[in-house]
Amino acid sequence: MHLLTGLLLSFIVAAGIGLGSTWYALTQNISFGALELGAWKGYPRNGTVSIDPYARAVIARNGELPVGSGDGVTFTAAADDDGRPLDGRCDVVVRGTTPPARYFTLTLYTPSGQLVANSLDRRGFTSQELVRDAPGEFEITVSPRARPGNWLPTGGIDSYILMLRFYDTSLGIATRAGREAPMPAIRSTRICQ
Amino acid sequence: MIRWLLWIAGGLMLGGVVHLATIMMLPRTASRDAYARLAPVVPVNGFALLPAPTPESSILPFMDPAFAVAACRYDLAKGPVKLTVPVSQAYTSVTFYTRYDVAYYAINDRAAGRRSIELDLMTTKQREDLPDDEEVTAADRLIVESPSLTGLIVARAFSPEPSLLPTAATALRAAQCKPQR
Repeated sequence: MHLLTGLLLSFIVAAGIGLGSTWYALTQNISFGALELGAWKGYPRNGTVSIDPYARAVIARNGELPVGSGDGVTFTAAADDDGRPLDGRCDVVVRGTTPPARYFTLTLYTPSGQLVANSLDRRGFTSQELVRDAPGEFEITVSPRARPGNWLPTGGIDSYILMLRFYDTSLGIATRAGREAPMPAIRSTRICQ
Repeated sequence: MIRWLLWIAGGLMLGGVVHLATIMMLPRTASRDAYARLAPVVPVNGFALLPAPTPESSILPFMDPAFAVAACRYDLAKGPVKLTVPVSQAYTSVTFYTRYDVAYYAINDRAAGRRSIELDLMTTKQREDLPDDEEVTAADRLIVESPSLTGLIVARAFSPEPSLLPTAATALRAAQCKPQR
């Protein structure tokens, strides 16, 4: 009798811990080997056969196709440089330069990967569309209301993520953080709707 | 008391095994992965242009709206597949995925050069079976080995600004992936 209840207890604990931690890992996007540059996180290995099992499971579940490593690298930001989650009701300024790449795109998505509706039909910027200042830096204002310059509308949604993708770039698995990869800074302002 | 703690400790260890097993198995059991989502609209050994993502619907999540995208579901069971993707004005890339969405090879227009990206996709076995004659080993013929019999080929053509998207899509309409014979 002791044996039976003991086994039962073990199995309940195993199922709870095992499935619970799997669910947690998938919903919280736990992945290893991130290349962290400021607020931006990239997973260059996701575009290769050495993608880690957690990233594979996340991709299988959400239906995404990762950018292949011979094509480009994707960086994601869900928070600003100070770690505050990006809020679509406030003005957020993305400013700086980017690592060398033939082209890059910056796109705004809902956390589940959908585009956001707005009156301008603007989903993001390509490197060709950005207006830059004299030293070659660009400034994008991510805001629910129209702003002069490079305005990326949020549609007023609570939370969003920014994806910066570099195409035909030397950036990749061998990249170490720091000087070889200058990423734009993300600053939240206190201007909110 | 000790006995119960041991049962719980055993349960925790077994829980770790359950966790790893489910993570490893998930890619093979997922019914809504990219391959499954594309299957209804993408033919076998033929390219189809994917609908551009909009806020209302997007066939895959996190699609880059600055690209026109065409996909082909390849099947190497009957032999190698020949791939031709015309290069668009700005930037074109081709990425190969296994049936379980692992990107195992990607090439862009700079690496391929000329007016189109052309290569042969085959399994390791099919490559070994190739006759060792001149034409096959010619340097300009690029061969990619697929780790799986089926999978996805995704061609992406960049449009630097939204108005050029139709041009990028037009280039991809001529993309081909078909059995060699």
